[in-house]
Amino acid sequence: MFDMLLHDPSLAVLGAVFLAALSGVPGLLLRPGESGQKLASLCAVAASALALPALISLLFAGTTSRYLLNWGLPFGPTELSFDPLSLLFLIPIFLVFPLGSLYALGYWPHLKHPSTGPALTFFYGLLSASMALVVLAHSGPLLLMAWEVMALSGFFLLLPEHESAEVRGAATVYLVASHVGVAGLFVLFSELRVTTGSFLFPETGSLALTGTAATVVFLAALIGFGSKAGLMPLHIWLPAAHANAPSHVSALLSGVMLKMGIYGLLRVLSFFGERPLWWGALILALGLVSALLGIAIAAVQKDLKRLLAYSSIENLGLVAAGIGMALIGQTTGNPRLAYLGLAGALFHLLNHSLFKPLLFFCAGSVLHATGTRELDLMGGLGKRLPVTALLSLLGAVAICGLPPFNGFASEFLLYLGFLGEARAPQPYLALGVPALALVGGIAAVSFVKLFGITYLGAPRSEAAAHGHEAPAFMLVPMAVLGGLCLVGGLCPGLFLALVQPVLSTVVPQAAGFAGLPFNLLWFAGAGSAVLALALGLFWLLRRRQVTSGTASGPTWGCGYLAPTSRMEYTGSSFGLLFGSFSSGLVRTRVNAPAPVGLLPGAARAGYLPEETLLERIILPVLGLVGIAFRYLRRVQHGEVHLYIIYIFVTLLVLMLWVR
Amino acid sequence: MIDILVHIALALGLPPLLLGVIGKTKAAFAGRVGAPFLQPYYDLARLFRKGVVLSDTTSWIFRAGPAVTLAATLCAGLLIPLGRHAAPISFDGDLVLFAYLFALGRFFTTIAALDTGSSFEGMGAAREVSFACLAEPTLFFALITLTRLSGTLSLTPMLNHLDLSVWLGTGAALILMLTGLFVVLLAENSRIPFDDPNTHLELTMIHEVMVLDHSGPYFGCILYGAALKLFLLGALFVNVALPFSTGSSLADWLVFVVGMLALSIAVGVVESVMARLRLIRVPQLLVAALILTAFSLVLVVR
Repeated sequence: MFDMLLHDPSLAVLGAVFLAALSGVPGLLLRPGESGQKLASLCAVAASALALPALISLLFAGTTSRYLLNWGLPFGPTELSFDPLSLLFLIPIFLVFPLGSLYALGYWPHLKHPSTGPALTFFYGLLSASMALVVLAHSGPLLLMAWEVMALSGFFLLLPEHESAEVRGAATVYLVASHVGVAGLFVLFSELRVTTGSFLFPETGSLALTGTAATVVFLAALIGFGSKAGLMPLHIWLPAAHANAPSHVSALLSGVMLKMGIYGLLRVLSFFGERPLWWGALILALGLVSALLGIAIAAVQKDLKRLLAYSSIENLGLVAAGIGMALIGQTTGNPRLAYLGLAGALFHLLNHSLFKPLLFFCAGSVLHATGTRELDLMGGLGKRLPVTALLSLLGAVAICGLPPFNGFASEFLLYLGFLGEARAPQPYLALGVPALALVGGIAAVSFVKLFGITYLGAPRSEAAAHGHEAPAFMLVPMAVLGGLCLVGGLCPGLFLALVQPVLSTVVPQAAGFAGLPFNLLWFAGAGSAVLALALGLFWLLRRRQVTSGTASGPTWGCGYLAPTSRMEYTGSSFGLLFGSFSSGLVRTRVNAPAPVGLLPGAARAGYLPEETLLERIILPVLGLVGIAFRYLRRVQHGEVHLYIIYIFVTLLVLMLWVR
Repeated sequence: MIDILVHIALALGLPPLLLGVIGKTKAAFAGRVGAPFLQPYYDLARLFRKGVVLSDTTSWIFRAGPAVTLAATLCAGLLIPLGRHAAPISFDGDLVLFAYLFALGRFFTTIAALDTGSSFEGMGAAREVSFACLAEPTLFFALITLTRLSGTLSLTPMLNHLDLSVWLGTGAALILMLTGLFVVLLAENSRIPFDDPNTHLELTMIHEVMVLDHSGPYFGCILYGAALKLFLLGALFVNVALPFSTGSSLADWLVFVVGMLALSIAVGVVESVMARLRLIRVPQLLVAALILTAFSLVLVVR
């Protein structure tokens, strides 16, 4: 058995999936305490040690292996498929899952949380395993089952702090949105079943659908998978869910689960041999709009984790924009565009699964130290959490797409794709360049704010003044992710090699593109030059400072002699200027009472970013729907045996109808 | 080889002179003699000899800010061609790296400012990053136009491609683009009408207020980095504005240096005849510049 595992890498991957799924079970059975959780983390690390080498060797081999599973269900047999597209998406799962499990040892120890800890650990493993199964499934029903397990484990992972109404609200919105998305997937797989005659997925490029059927499949996939990926306007569930989950869960949801949406979209697109031009254009437009609006809304957030959640929308938007670019390249016969778009998108996707978990881990570390997510109450944490601060800085620079980190390398490919189109007869796509520049600029506003307000300056509250550094269990996973961000920035070739085998699956044109138009060594050269120069200058200045003497004193208050930390610029004030000239994109509710009388008394001013789509459109509409369907509530009474009767009756009626 | 050495020598040595020329121009407008042309060099030398005062609130980020900013700007200096010569480093897409190195510098300048915990420096940082959001797309619009004109994705062939015939063909578009680039040059380097380096009101400043707490060699680094940035963005402007080559390498260098000095005089003139804009007008001017460069793209496409 063990011998077989060693010789067939795909069995090793399957073994890892089982190990992940079962990792939390001992914790449920054992007495509450450390041992169950340590065992789960051990399982997680073992699973990834088993899976990652196997994944990489399979990916480089470039082969596809299938396993037929005759499970005797009415949907016919199902298949597990190990093709490059699946393998690439398994990498983030088996990277973030073990790191998150280790992080949880310090962040959510069972000893401190005996009631929620074991369940959280169990669902953490189950979520990872179900995501792996989503990626491996090669038939509609299996994918849907895994999808549902994934969605529900995600729901339970959101709930450990269910005493708070905010958490319950976020989880409910997540559950509703998730099931609306699943409705789209039901349409998608039924339509595919009708056209191909089987629930098994069609072969790559073999589906010759045109007209309405193709449009239905595409739009159903876009709605079903796009809502999971958080593409605007289907993102409404995302910010609250990712902000309210425990941080290691946020890292897994944001760093990995969002990518399942992208995976599904790419998988469905790969079925088609011919794709109309407007598909690519629509995905590109949705992607750029998500990127721009996502980051603009992130810039005015006051909540540390909500800011990160909105920036996920931006990053997934960039990935979608790259995919749209690649599809346009495929349809118009432009291999350069197809290559740069898809390689850039997949590279950025890998990058996002490094720096976003890193930033969520750092946020968790801050939360651990201060007990608040409110940016305006932080400050000066860099002195008390030096390692977290350094790693957070690294993540912030990487996510802004600045050299010498991995975000720059992937955005560079997207830039190059758009920029090259300036030479085309109709240079519409070149307009993507200023859009990317704008997104990059706003990302800098968001992350200078996040880093500067959290870690720098003087503490703005008691909690921030007494923060403490996270334990090693939390720091090591962060350091691993941070290191990988730097590796990706200096040697993007390593990441592009992982992406390369996938290109032909989705966009055959891209695989035909011979080599990048530039030498990847420039990244290593430029990156290490900046790093070396900066370190050199830092050291030189430091030495100068020692020889010529240093005095210290309070910060210059422009003549005011008693400045306090209450006078510091806060996160809100930092974002206000940007908010003022982007008011067309982002709505904020400013609450500033006018001073009354000759000697006005104390007053409070504040502002709140608004979730325009959710608060202004979707919730009112849902309210109306709720009124309209009030009478249906009678069948919803909480008696489980009657629910089973409903299912049975529905099934019976359906079968009679089909006969 | 010689050209590369001259490039490096010019990029390292010339920037402070530009500040001197701007100062002298402003002095001439005000009817003063003004500080000598070389004053910025003396200032830098003095700052590098001085001791340092550090605020108790700050951490290593405060000290890393000037170092990283200057390092990034120095690296950017290798990417832009000066005059009709090739840049030492040139590859497809180097213009993205050029713009992003400045963004990296800005990131570190602003977090170093936030490290002091002063509300004034917080204001400066917020303004710097917010206005940059509008300045960067303008720069990229100009670069798209140049890409379309030259058909290349690299700064050296792109800028060396411009000659009199290109100017005669697309003069209108290039003039619009130059206007936009000039506005970006003023905004990115915190000159009047965006920012007044000489004001005594910290409340209204952008760049200067971010570096209030830096002193000695650290402030020297910032001053030198700012001059270098003015030089590099100025070089981009001059490359577009002076579309001819004399044929001799030496004469080309001379033409370039004269062009840079003329640009400094132009900046000085603008600073002398204009008042600083109210802060709420700044985004409007930046958006206007953005639209001008977008128009230049439209004119080139037709």
